Amino acid sequence: MKSFDYIRPASIAEAIAAAAEPGTAYLAAGTNLLDLMKGGASRPDRLVDITRLPGLDGVDRLDDGAMRIGTMVRNADLAHDPAFARAYPVVAEALLSGASAQLRNAATVGGNLMQKTRCSYFADPAAACNRRSPGAGCDARQGENRSHAILGWSENCIATHPSDFCVPLAALGAVVEIAGPAGSREVALEDFHLLPDETPERETALERGELVTAIRLPPDAAGFAAHSRYMKLRERTSFAFALVSAAAFLKVEDGIITEARLALGGVAARPWRSKVAEELLKGAALERRTFAEAATAALAEARPSGDNAVKIELARRISIRALLLAAAGTPSRLPALPGSPLSSQYGDLANA
Amino acid sequence: MSVTVSTTVNGDSVDFVCAPDETLLDALRGRLGLTGAKEGCGTGDCGACSVTLNGRLVCSCLVLAVEAEGQEIATVEGMAAGETLHPLQRAFIDHAALQCGICTPGILVAAKALLEKTPDPSDEEVRYWLAGNLCRCTGYDKIVRAVQAAAAEMRRA
Ligand SMILES: Cc1cc2nc3c(=O)[nH]c(=O)nc-3n(C[C@H](O)[C@H](O)[C@H](O)COP(=O)(O)OP(=O)(O)OC[C@H]3O[C@@H](n4cnc5c(N)ncnc54)[C@H](O)[C@@H]3O)c2cc1C
Ligand code: SF4
Ligand code: FES
Ligand code: FES
Repeated sequence: MKSFDYIRPASIAEAIAAAAEPGTAYLAAGTNLLDLMKGGASRPDRLVDITRLPGLDGVDRLDDGAMRIGTMVRNADLAHDPAFARAYPVVAEALLSGASAQLRNAATVGGNLMQKTRCSYFADPAAACNRRSPGAGCDARQGENRSHAILGWSENCIATHPSDFCVPLAALGAVVEIAGPAGSREVALEDFHLLPDETPERETALERGELVTAIRLPPDAAGFAAHSRYMKLRERTSFAFALVSAAAFLKVEDGIITEARLALGGVAARPWRSKVAEELLKGAALERRTFAEAATAALAEARPSGDNAVKIELARRISIRALLLAAAGTPSRLPALPGSPLSSQYGDLANA
Repeated sequence: MSVTVSTTVNGDSVDFVCAPDETLLDALRGRLGLTGAKEGCGTGDCGACSVTLNGRLVCSCLVLAVEAEGQEIATVEGMAAGETLHPLQRAFIDHAALQCGICTPGILVAAKALLEKTPDPSDEEVRYWLAGNLCRCTGYDKIVRAVQAAAAEMRRA
């Protein structure tokens, strides 16, 4: 690791002031940042440790019914908060399908949102990578790109955002609360991660020195608790990043879908919500045929960015599976251990 | 830049001096001579470096040593009470749940953390909660059996 200065601010204002200087990075749990610093892909001059800042670790129901989660809430604590898991079972399920117990115990909300792509060329300082060094080229285009993007990619970068947590958050219309040198603002989670276009080095909507302070789930997000599921397909059953994943949410009355949400993970540089699929599902019956149409619509624009055409079909099928499981009902065991897409059973037993 | 860190390791207060770029694993092994936690990967993948930080199971290879300031750390060295092994340690020996032993300290610390929260886990739960601890030797089956045997003994105690 390149040497750096370590700063432990006492307040959010102090943290933001310290981070205004170029070359500074916020340190949350460090499970992504320290890994990249060890490998040399990230070389900050100063780390501003935000883990002891006061007031950032609450999970609070607001008066309007929204749920605010402070950035320092650990991924494991959120998944195991019984009231939270009851209201947002898929968020808990997605969290528990990610990483390992050790990492979830440490990982924070903001760190999970802000984690970098797992593109191996991004992590390798000897490789050409436009995201890490603008204009350098993209070794992934001609390299190992089996797990790269199928939606929203550009000629400059075909990386995906690896988070499981962000997939249901995007579907549920979560909002990211931000504090910075110019005051506070909010960005919809769906718009928080930027598609690469011409500037893959711009990864999120955050400006220099800005700090994610919380995310907020809108009041209506708890309305899907009875029929929702997260499905993640990975190269092995034990812990690994998603090849593709899907979060499906249904509101059902008399066998008819009154509202639906669908978002895909592992397919693009952002969690990919499909409003086209959601519209198709609205008013439809709980039928496999409808789910297949919705899944096909969600992937209508998908195209391979390399040796990964298979991901289009996998993403379609995982979407259908997530919708079928959501229709069958949220498991009664909460938080559910992650469901296995390879299981032939629905419900509580279909665990990894 | 060097920093003095005051912390508690296995119940003892300790101070050490380190550079900001040292990990907690480096400090435990290099500064404090506690070589139980191992570096298998350094990237969060293997769990050989597992310790608890304020009771929370983490990978010490992805924690900075300076972050230990004022916190309580527990390592495998603190599991036995003097000469008396922890039930998990005994069960690992009795069930031959180790071969080369590199993964063992991390697995013991992780299994202890698991049983504190879930005293009567299913095999599926043991496998799920220990997924962050890789073992290249045993094939895991004996580890699961050892954890279950220790859990049963601890429930009787
Ligand atoms: C082996 C391994 C397996 C994993 N598997 C999965 C998986 O299957 N699914 C999954 O979703 N994730 C997985 N992860 C990723 C893990 O979820 C992230 O590393 C973690 O969420 C990052 O959180 P952190 O608090 O450690 O962030 P840090 O590493 O501290 O920070 C990450 C980035 O976010 C910035 N940052 C942190 N907090 C803030 C804030 N409040 N405001 C602004 N910037 C901030 C930091 O500057 C840094 O750039 C895995 C990680 C590892 C190491
Ligand atoms: S895909 Fe993106 S992150 Fe990966 S090497 Fe190309 S530019 Fe870099
Ligand atoms: S050495 Fe820390 S997880 Fe492998
Ligand atoms: S006993 Fe050798 S790695 Fe587990």
